[in-house]
Amino acid sequence: MAQISLNVNGRMRVVDSDPTTPLLYVLRNNLDLKGPHFGCGLGQCGACTVILEGVAVRSCITPVRTVQNRAITTLEGLGSSAKPHMLQRAFVEEQAAQCGFCMNGILMNAKVLLDRNSNPSSEDIRAALDPILCRCGSHLRVIRAIQRAAKSAARA
Amino acid sequence: MKTHSISRRELLKNSGALVVTFGLFGPSARALAQQVAGLPIPPGSDPYNNPDYLDPTSLDSWLAVMQDGSVTVFTGKVDLGTGVETALAQIAADELDVRFDQIHMAMGDTAKTVDQGRTAGSNTIMRAGPQLRHAAAAGRAELLKLAAARLEAPSEQLVVVEGVVSVGGSPARKVSYGELLGGKRFNLKVTAKGIQAGLDLAPEARVKNYKEYKVVGKPVPRVDLLPKLTAEFQYTPDFHLPGMLHGRVVRPATVLSKPASVDESSIHGIPGMVKVVQDGSFVGVVAETEWAAIQAARALKVTWSAPAAKMPATVGEVDAYLTNTKSFVDTVIADKGNADAAISTASRTFEATYHWPFQNHGMMGPSCAVADCRGDKVTIWTGSQGPFTTRDRVASMLGVPKRNVEVNFVEGSGCYGRLTSDDAAEDAVLMSRAVGKPVRVQWMRADEHVWEPKGPQQLMTARAAVDAQGHITAWDFIGRTFPWTEAQGTPQLGERQIGQKSTAPLPGNPVGGGAIEQIYDFDSQKVVGSYVDWPQDEPTPLRTNPLRSPGEPAGFFASESFVDEIAAALRVDAVQFRLQHLTSNPRAAEVLLAAAKQAGWKEHSSTTETAIGPKASGRGVALAIRGGTLIAAVAEVEVDRTTGSVTVKRMTIAHDCGLIINPDGLKFQIEGNVIQGTSRALMEEVKFDAAGVKSLDWNSYPVIRFKDVPEVDIVLINRPENPALGAGEPSIVPIPGAIANAIFDAVGVRLREVPFTPQRLLKALNAKGSSSA
Repeated sequence: MAQISLNVNGRMRVVDSDPTTPLLYVLRNNLDLKGPHFGCGLGQCGACTVILEGVAVRSCITPVRTVQNRAITTLEGLGSSAKPHMLQRAFVEEQAAQCGFCMNGILMNAKVLLDRNSNPSSEDIRAALDPILCRCGSHLRVIRAIQRAAKSAARA
Repeated sequence: MKTHSISRRELLKNSGALVVTFGLFGPSARALAQQVAGLPIPPGSDPYNNPDYLDPTSLDSWLAVMQDGSVTVFTGKVDLGTGVETALAQIAADELDVRFDQIHMAMGDTAKTVDQGRTAGSNTIMRAGPQLRHAAAAGRAELLKLAAARLEAPSEQLVVVEGVVSVGGSPARKVSYGELLGGKRFNLKVTAKGIQAGLDLAPEARVKNYKEYKVVGKPVPRVDLLPKLTAEFQYTPDFHLPGMLHGRVVRPATVLSKPASVDESSIHGIPGMVKVVQDGSFVGVVAETEWAAIQAARALKVTWSAPAAKMPATVGEVDAYLTNTKSFVDTVIADKGNADAAISTASRTFEATYHWPFQNHGMMGPSCAVADCRGDKVTIWTGSQGPFTTRDRVASMLGVPKRNVEVNFVEGSGCYGRLTSDDAAEDAVLMSRAVGKPVRVQWMRADEHVWEPKGPQQLMTARAAVDAQGHITAWDFIGRTFPWTEAQGTPQLGERQIGQKSTAPLPGNPVGGGAIEQIYDFDSQKVVGSYVDWPQDEPTPLRTNPLRSPGEPAGFFASESFVDEIAAALRVDAVQFRLQHLTSNPRAAEVLLAAAKQAGWKEHSSTTETAIGPKASGRGVALAIRGGTLIAAVAEVEVDRTTGSVTVKRMTIAHDCGLIINPDGLKFQIEGNVIQGTSRALMEEVKFDAAGVKSLDWNSYPVIRFKDVPEVDIVLINRPENPALGAGEPSIVPIPGAIANAIFDAVGVRLREVPFTPQRLLKALNAKGSSSA
């Protein structure tokens, strides 16, 4: 076990953890951040995605020691029910989730996409989200919701 | 939102009971009612005068009026991510005359709700909907009675708006539901007969005419989405208790056998290890941290004894077994005229056999549950589709009364039938019992891919005779498949590992395509579902349970491909050919025509000529029925003849499920079914050999991704004068057939085996090329 300093959602946190522990379990169990989900533990599905210094990474295969003091954003850092992010608002307006289990990965990747492309086409979104799995079949609404969020950001 | 703010004790303190019986309408609802009414009630499962169950005849078991005038509706049904929480609340709001946001749903806790049967079979809106509607109507009538006394006015002069009762013409004379009954019990008996989906509740309550609905029929946004999108929603794996430990299961990749030896020194030194749990042939590890449990489960060296049974080595071996093994039950679904004689004497006949593989449910989040065993009592938190089934199985496993087991529903990831078998709950109970502390168990990805019960392999053979006018006169259809090895009332994985024997096989998959007799007019027809025993002396990874619209995507893939084959051979347009056989089923014809019109279908006879150039486009149609819901699909595909790849560009669906409760929620269910159905048709097949299942993860069991998802265009046919039927599954049924028919239209080859992989398509194209050369 070791003391590990993490910069999560703009706050410095210190956790006592085996440094080989994947970041996912530290976020969920030590810091009570349940946005990232365990889907496969293999980096295949994307349900565990967090944003690390602007890049979407799979927290289930990222040892916590490799991300010390680096800026991590989880779904909790995006917005809340009281103050939703424009993406979260757009997803509600498009009713773009069924079970919602994969939505963490979809929203975090959508955030990274919009940060570098403020007006993505449907093809851009499909390409950016292709590595994320959704089993309920919310894909079409997700595409519309991301475009809606882009439009609302352009207006703001 | 799930409202757990009211405890059962508070509820009992507060509530008045409302029980309503619902009428059954329409042939499919009647058929279902007869089916469920005819089922024997298992010993100990009769909920009347039974301390293991909440009293269905007490209105307080169903409704509780809060002091703020809101109403909590208690239901044994659960929301699996499909939006039924919102839809059921719409139904209750209308009958109670309250705003939608004044209804709170409390779902799926065994100590707080009546068992309305598992959330499965697309029967929640169809069966629980009328149950709750009648309960709500009985509640409203009682509230009006109380208001009449309070306001000193006859009930018939009273009007209710948003839960406030006033005297017509004298709006100042008013009283709210909260003032009338907030925090108090109804103390009212209602009539209740039957159990679960067959529960007939409060028939004496007068329900509204559909013309009076204000909330039903509206695209009310779902109550669960914002918290799900902001990480404020609690999913099953998010549930935690103080002092909770983490467990992982250790199972072999092939047939379950006994652990001949467990070498605990192999995990020596993993910090936070608590215990290796061994109980019969069950092996699990419990640790203080999740990561320690994962490492221990990976590292633990277990030597398994030689298994009692073996796995089949190939898909072909399973097909041969299905073909050559005597069935243990043959369900005759239709037998009209003498199809066999008609076909043997006809001048023109057709015959084809179709294959469907084992497929996974593929939950995004693998099985998970938390259990807390305290002496002979246990509390479980799980995403089970049947909290009462989970309770009964665990009570049986532990040998305790059902009332000693409390199961609380906490929604997990979408499960599509998989969680009709709640394996993780049993695993968590076994581990919690062994360590005397609450344990959270989550399966790893390979645990789930290998050990989830699968949708079984199916073989379908169809024969038909056609007369000189080009009309199908006789139809003979046999589907062969396996029963579910995991069904309600049979011991499941954990139970069997600690020594409970499995019971006799139960017929599982309704033979898909059987319902075709409800669509087309054939003079003679015979449709039979043959179930071949699938013995599992010890459970194998090819265990089976219901997978979304069980059996029917396969059955209708076969029957709708076969209809299409005949139409093409006769050089008749596929839509026109179907219409010629729908003269006595105008509702099905309307659905078919609606899809064709929306898709801009142009009459043509499907080509058997291969197009020029590498890419070819095609369109195909399929029609299906499930539980009375009618669905037509038009698929548009692009086939690459050089690579063999198939892309579904667009799917047009027309859908008739009677009264529509929430049109946006309905459309979303259809979109999901189209996308999942496309995935199952194009790429999904469990790989296995004699050494076990080889589909261990999302690379070895690929599913559809964003780039390949088709556009979906939907026509909803609303029939508000008809009962609301199911919609969670039906629209997956025609998808594989429509795609197969579109592939034929594009390149002139018939794929009779799912999935339609590039290898299969190239092989078919090559065979066609060499036969026409």
